[in-house]
Amino acid sequence: MKQFTYTKTSEINSAVQEGSANKTAQQGAEIRFIAGGTTMLDLMKLMVETPNKLIDINHLPLDKIETTSGGGVKVGAMVRNSDLAHHPYIKSHYQVLSEALLSGASPQLRNMATTGGNLLQRTRCVYFRDTEFACNKREPGSGCAAIDGDNRMMAVLGTSDKCIASNPSDMNVALMALEATIHITGKDGDREIPISQFYTLPGNSPDVENVLKPGDLITHVSIQPMPPGSNSTYLKLRDRASYEFALASAAVITQVKDGKIAHARVALGAVGTIPWRSPEAESVLVGTAPTAENFRKAADAALKDAKPQTHNKFKIELSKRCLTHALKLVTTA
Amino acid sequence: MSDNKDSNPKQKQSADHKQSTNQKSSTDQKPPANQQPAQTAVLEPKRTSVGHETRRIDGPLKVTGKAVYTSDHNFPGMVYAVPVGATIANGKVTKIDAAEAEKMPGVHAIYHRTNIGQLFRVAPDSTFTAYTDEPRPPLEDDIIRYYGQYVALAVADTFEQAKAAADAVKVTYQEEKPNVSPKLTADDKVKVESHRGDAQKAFDSAAIKLDETYTTASQTHNVIELHATVAVFDGTKFTMYETTQGVVNHKNVLVQVLGVDPENLQVISKFLGSGFGSKITPWSHCALAGAAARKLNRPVKLVVSRKMSFHAVGHRPRTQQRVRLSAQPDGKLTSIQHDYFNHTSMLDDYKENCGECTSYLYSTPNLRITSALSRRNVGTPTSMRGPGAVPGLFATESAMDELAIKLKMDPVKLRIINEPTIDEGLNLPFASRHLIGCYKQGADLFGWDQRDPRIGSMKKNGLTLGWGTAGASWIAERFPAEVAIQLNNDGTARVSSATQDIGTGTYTVFAQVVGDKLGIPIEKVEVVLGDTSLPAGPLSGGSMGIASIIPATTKAIEKAVDTLLTAAVQSPLTKFSGAKKTELALTNGNVHRKDQPSKEGVPFETVMQQVNLNKISGKASSPGTFSGKKQSSMHSYGVHFVEVTWQEELARLRVSRVVTVIDAGKIMNPKTGRNQIEGAIVMGLGMALFEGTEYEPTKGAPINSSLADYILPVNADMPKMDVHFLEVPNTELNEYGARGIGEIGLAGLAPALANAVHHATGIRVRNLPIRIEDLMGEST
Repeated sequence: MKQFTYTKTSEINSAVQEGSANKTAQQGAEIRFIAGGTTMLDLMKLMVETPNKLIDINHLPLDKIETTSGGGVKVGAMVRNSDLAHHPYIKSHYQVLSEALLSGASPQLRNMATTGGNLLQRTRCVYFRDTEFACNKREPGSGCAAIDGDNRMMAVLGTSDKCIASNPSDMNVALMALEATIHITGKDGDREIPISQFYTLPGNSPDVENVLKPGDLITHVSIQPMPPGSNSTYLKLRDRASYEFALASAAVITQVKDGKIAHARVALGAVGTIPWRSPEAESVLVGTAPTAENFRKAADAALKDAKPQTHNKFKIELSKRCLTHALKLVTTA
Repeated sequence: MSDNKDSNPKQKQSADHKQSTNQKSSTDQKPPANQQPAQTAVLEPKRTSVGHETRRIDGPLKVTGKAVYTSDHNFPGMVYAVPVGATIANGKVTKIDAAEAEKMPGVHAIYHRTNIGQLFRVAPDSTFTAYTDEPRPPLEDDIIRYYGQYVALAVADTFEQAKAAADAVKVTYQEEKPNVSPKLTADDKVKVESHRGDAQKAFDSAAIKLDETYTTASQTHNVIELHATVAVFDGTKFTMYETTQGVVNHKNVLVQVLGVDPENLQVISKFLGSGFGSKITPWSHCALAGAAARKLNRPVKLVVSRKMSFHAVGHRPRTQQRVRLSAQPDGKLTSIQHDYFNHTSMLDDYKENCGECTSYLYSTPNLRITSALSRRNVGTPTSMRGPGAVPGLFATESAMDELAIKLKMDPVKLRIINEPTIDEGLNLPFASRHLIGCYKQGADLFGWDQRDPRIGSMKKNGLTLGWGTAGASWIAERFPAEVAIQLNNDGTARVSSATQDIGTGTYTVFAQVVGDKLGIPIEKVEVVLGDTSLPAGPLSGGSMGIASIIPATTKAIEKAVDTLLTAAVQSPLTKFSGAKKTELALTNGNVHRKDQPSKEGVPFETVMQQVNLNKISGKASSPGTFSGKKQSSMHSYGVHFVEVTWQEELARLRVSRVVTVIDAGKIMNPKTGRNQIEGAIVMGLGMALFEGTEYEPTKGAPINSSLADYILPVNADMPKMDVHFLEVPNTELNEYGARGIGEIGLAGLAPALANAVHHATGIRVRNLPIRIEDLMGEST
């Protein structure tokens, strides 16, 4: 770990002001906010993150879960994963989110990890996490050791010839399906960004992972109510039964009317370089009967553009089976 | 070797059969004449905890955090050392620039080849008394043979400063392409391990045969307590606090490496957070810590990081095994061929002896076993729980299952048909073998007779069930051991030996034996281990600890009791004054006349008080069993029955149920014993489904070198476990008939699981670990 200075703040404005001195809010940032620290400290110990300054934002007044007048919910960025997962309103109205949160990490980690921090969860790519290896995400222009290396866990969707690192998040896959909105305060004021526009594909700049600019602070995540009568679920497949990142996961929301799927939201985890929303699968599903055959067609559509690496071809089929089964669960519930 | 064993194999065989119906009460031997209980005229129930569920006597210390583990030791002026590991796997160091690191805050020194002082090699040893798997001392030359090999050592006031300094050392290399290829070929001469008849000829002419190759992944022990050394040097003498499974061996190695006289080096290891073999022999970091302590004249603490544990403290090497079996239509094996390779490091000849059990497990007239090494740019391999037998049985017991399918025969029946009457490898009678008894009891408990052999035919709650079984065996031997006993005049006893408890319950079993022999509660027994200033005890390895210490302990107690009785009859102040020593005994803690019950006697502490004795000591040693001509084949046996559930639509495989029956003689403490086997079952599940150290092809680094990326089972993976012991004591090794159980539980689990997977899915996975992608068929 590199030496750094540490400050604490309980005011949003001062956090934004201090953060604004950053040259970038992406990889290589010299100033970092720290909340639960479950990713940040880990990466600092590995020398992947080497900030000069940490701003502790745990005391910002952003720890509330509020229901909104339209029946939605607004979640403060400092709300811990465990509090969000076990919140009665989340459990009853957004099952997919509660399930996704509880499928991740361990109780100890979920007690620390925050909603805002979790939106920025980094890849588990072993080459990103080991500074002895080339990694365009960690050190732009150095190359990608994963492409010729051990790439079983890597992405099959949204990859580029610069980066194939998969996004390991569970929560964000659910938020993708829920079409959450991310509330940001920055030096130029407040703005709201749909989660579908928040993450950026690696392309030629895998070091840039989202739209955040220096000083930007995520303050809230808001979610609209799901359509009446809809069901949702999160299904996660992995090597062992618990406490492991996914090999494939799926967040699905469906509303079935008169024997046909009237509304469908589908997002996939662990197969994309970002949490992966699949409008292709959704459009296959809407208007059709909830049958195994149609689910499989949707899964085929979702993975149509998948590009396997040497060790992870199985993830394509696994992701299809995961989505197909999740759709079965949610429509037969 | 004792003289009271069964020498007639036929007689032995019939004992076997009787035994399978009445295991608890039978023994392999008749009590020898000189141990007839008739010697004691008054028969009375003996107070003992041997054989009873007994809590660990060190448990309260462990759960309250009072047990002091190696890296818990702190001393005034202590500094921290962090090694610098090579970032290439093949090549040489051309330059080490420590200028910047030396100037960093808190840094005392950056050591490397030219300034650490000379470190020496260890003389060849085959007796496990001064043994190391990696004889090259650290920093001996500039050649890099594996990724992470130590090239320098940073020492600073705090761990953080030392780590920062280690990171700041600039090392320049001349790099060559490493060879970490998983495909193994013989680099050295192929060695014939065992042969009889003409296996190739029998195989060629057989109608039913099998020829398959199996591989097991390289595994990292991943002990939870990281390897550590705290080296204290007082100008003359070293006190080394070590994570070691063998304090005596550790000392005998370090005196050579550091070049000091034996009286000037003491090794202490009071508690271990397991070892699994990785802590049997000292590794390079021990010498580095010692050398730094000597240079700086300060205590030095060095903890090997989790990442470094993947290359610097041994691993189970990758194996590749070809198994050829041939059989008659009735299932009788006509030949077995087992040819195996394992990878080893560039310098060391570590052999993973996969054929360990092959020569005696089944009856066959024709057999050939060969081994060969394949050199790779990897760290030195070492023993990992059940070395040789565990990967070897994966191959042979998978092959037996495959053969059973070819024969359309129940796999248990195939084992029964091929059960040998003698050890055909050694041509010796079995001292105690109840493998078929294990199969029969296990099959009963598991409900094996309900098995439908058709692939995927068994269903439960919408899941497909797979049932598989496999047998196992492990050596039963003894190391030499020396034990001291001390009777105290407050009614307590102290037993001491330079062996150690690696978490398996050695402290507790020692107390049980002493409690049993003296007839006092175990709360009155102090057990002192883990210190080379004590009489030389055995390694905690090879599942030999308990078997090894019992004879020396009982002999030491006999000596102390003899002294006690001598004192009792010699002194005019006891009620036994003038009696003959042979008329007295010590039973249930009381000295008494043999013709009277013990309650008529006097507590031994009262006798000592009457005579004004503070302590009475006895010390004894017992030999090991490795040297000398064997008169019988002594092994432990076991069988696992495994149930898996398979959900094809999710490619989800889980292990739901394991029934294990172990034939390891007397179980001294069923509580810690069962715990050993359950732990081994979970470890076997990890070996079968998850574990594998991945050597990155370009740099040769173990790339999944963290507990997040090296997948081990977690609580949610654990099946329902049902562990049974046959408990047929055989007293050749010791009077209780106890054999070790540390390793036998892991042997055979992986093939039983793989066989269950085949039964559920129809997919035969011959390469461990069995991964999701292996079970997804052609779609992947």
